[in-house]
Amino acid sequence: MENSTVLTSEQITSDLLPQKFGKRGMIWTGILLLFCAFGAFAYYRQLKYGLVVTNMRDYVSWGIYISNFVFFVAISLVGSLITAIFRLANVPWRTPLTRISEIIAVSAITFAALIIIVDMGRPERLLNLFIHGRLQSPIIWDVIVISTYFCLSLFLLYITLLPDISILINAREKLGKPFSKLYRWLASYWKGTTAQEKIRNRCITIICIVIIPVAFSIHTVTSWLFATTYRPGWDSTNFGAYFISGAFLVGAGGVVVAMYIFRRYYNLEKYITEKHFEKMGRVVVLLALLYLYFNINEYLVPAFKMKKPEEAHLTQLFAGEYAPLFWFAILVGMIIPIFIMLFKKGRKPLPMFIAGVMVVVGAWFKRYLIVTPTLLHPFLPMEDVPASYHHYFPSWEEWAIAMGSLAGVLLIITFFARVFPIISIYKTLTDKNETQQSS
Amino acid sequence: MENKSTSRRQFLAAGILAGIAAGCSSKKNPFDKYAGDDVKASGETVKLLSVDGEIIEMDKAFLKPVPDLPTISNSEERKGINGKKFAMVIDLSRCKNVGACKTACNHAHQLSPGQNWIKVLEMQDADHTAPYWQPTTCMHCDSPPCVKVCPVDATFKRQDGIVLIDSDRCIGCRFCMAACPYSTRVFNWGEPVLEKEVAEQHYSCETSIPQKKGTVSKCDFCPDMARKGELPHCVSACPNGVYFFGDMNEDSVTNGAETFRFSDLIKDKAGYRLMEDLGTKPRVYYLPPVNRNFPFESGLENESPEDKMTH
Repeated sequence: MENSTVLTSEQITSDLLPQKFGKRGMIWTGILLLFCAFGAFAYYRQLKYGLVVTNMRDYVSWGIYISNFVFFVAISLVGSLITAIFRLANVPWRTPLTRISEIIAVSAITFAALIIIVDMGRPERLLNLFIHGRLQSPIIWDVIVISTYFCLSLFLLYITLLPDISILINAREKLGKPFSKLYRWLASYWKGTTAQEKIRNRCITIICIVIIPVAFSIHTVTSWLFATTYRPGWDSTNFGAYFISGAFLVGAGGVVVAMYIFRRYYNLEKYITEKHFEKMGRVVVLLALLYLYFNINEYLVPAFKMKKPEEAHLTQLFAGEYAPLFWFAILVGMIIPIFIMLFKKGRKPLPMFIAGVMVVVGAWFKRYLIVTPTLLHPFLPMEDVPASYHHYFPSWEEWAIAMGSLAGVLLIITFFARVFPIISIYKTLTDKNETQQSS
Repeated sequence: MENKSTSRRQFLAAGILAGIAAGCSSKKNPFDKYAGDDVKASGETVKLLSVDGEIIEMDKAFLKPVPDLPTISNSEERKGINGKKFAMVIDLSRCKNVGACKTACNHAHQLSPGQNWIKVLEMQDADHTAPYWQPTTCMHCDSPPCVKVCPVDATFKRQDGIVLIDSDRCIGCRFCMAACPYSTRVFNWGEPVLEKEVAEQHYSCETSIPQKKGTVSKCDFCPDMARKGELPHCVSACPNGVYFFGDMNEDSVTNGAETFRFSDLIKDKAGYRLMEDLGTKPRVYYLPPVNRNFPFESGLENESPEDKMTH
């Protein structure tokens, strides 16, 4: 880091210690809580009356709950990208980004699990998955890999947090009482001895290696929930790679957005520097190009042949009812961000933030487009059903629950940043010492 | 319906016996679960045979039927009827979209308004080919995509070829609905519309009654009828003899009035199955709509208003 040499250790520590919510923080948290409460109320109605409160019906039997689920699984992949891949590749500028990406991963995967329970017709029978689980079903594979990924991400977050918590315990007079019990409960055993440090480093390396295939499998298996069916639009061997590349893109976009917000709100300009945006910009461009490549494969090849079952689906995406959304997702989710970030001026914090938001929003609608239009194009004609079954637009309950779950993810990240340092103090200090020694 | 009441009678008898057995083995009021009903002895007694083979006497007032007892266990229902391989043949040359199959099916399985297990589809394979009516049931595939994806074994393939759903186990994830290329599956989005008496009935996978909120349902080939040696409701309800049902081990199918050797019928009339290329191996065969009994147009008047609107 270019500026870190001028910073003293005390200053780094005091800059990065968690801060109390200011007025803006309170309002932000309050709004998120409101969204969550509203979502909870909608879910209460759904529990009471059944899934009939949604607008899903026999043809569109999966709606925005499932697309939201895919979105969460996708964005949670970023934890492994930034932490594991950058660490194993020894990328020197990763330090201020790792914790942000890890907490995004943990909170998103938590809500992925929750939203899938929301989608169940009989959530009280959840345990049937363990009592009567059939290993042949891709859903069981998803249960296995997602719970594994959740545990690994949580452990990775915790173990990289350990030395920081011990810094927090020592900074008690500065931080006051609020979380001191929690800190002590989490890490009072951590003394930072060479032996402990050695174990910790080994653990991190092992998790970083293990988490990469697990992260790949969470999204590959999620893509198989679709690709293992016969439906036009889902029946594709491209799906695993297509989903993974999309996940990397939305995750990196999410990190860029989070970087910008934390940087501004916590005044972290000295730590999350323009250089970091510049580097992340290059990464996002690469990932967006990769995702665009898979999109071209996914749509162009079937469109070239226009097999009969695919035809109705594809024409509706390209030029029909879903065309505005489809081109929005392609343009706003991929092409425009690529053009913004291709240029050096576009890789400054603010344009990067805008491009990041575009990527994330585009990605959310992209997931919706993957799930819903396919279901409206079954092999046999849609007849002998009520007319409302021919269309799908989410009900207010579905919107409330989906927005509530998005707010929930943000809420976890917000609370986390209140309690723990969002940039590793310990690692920043070590980096500083290393650069000083080498210079 | 007659058969329903005989089985009801059997239930009653079983219930009485069960009640008495409980009464003999403990000192507590055997009808504790009907707490709130203060039963007073009426003085009128009846003689009954206990499960131990003893003849006992009981006050009539204490006798209360257990509402419903399953005649066969869930594991028996999951196994299927021994030695059978059920199949259906649907003769498209006879269908004019009367819809009697649907009505009978919906009534027999207590489906809620708007739900149809049988859908009579207006088909036209290409622009210049002739339209025809295609009744579509569950295909009871031998390689069922729905069963493959079910995470909890709530939908399963039986040895008699039938694919059933256990609504007591279904978690409502709807993966089977996405997996089924025939879109045959129906979901209970809300609380099913049922009469109280039906709603309280003991659930059986074979009758699929009562339907349950938040679970999937579909055509079940009426295995409860097969156990009684009778035809599925759609087969007996169809006035035009479109549906044939039978056992492939016996190599015979019947629509009630006519009986054919299954293999001959399929060979002579060039029977086929839907979406053969997907490899699902359906147990429902179709006979092509040639030499039709009715012109296609005669079925248009029976279309539901919603379907009329969509054309």
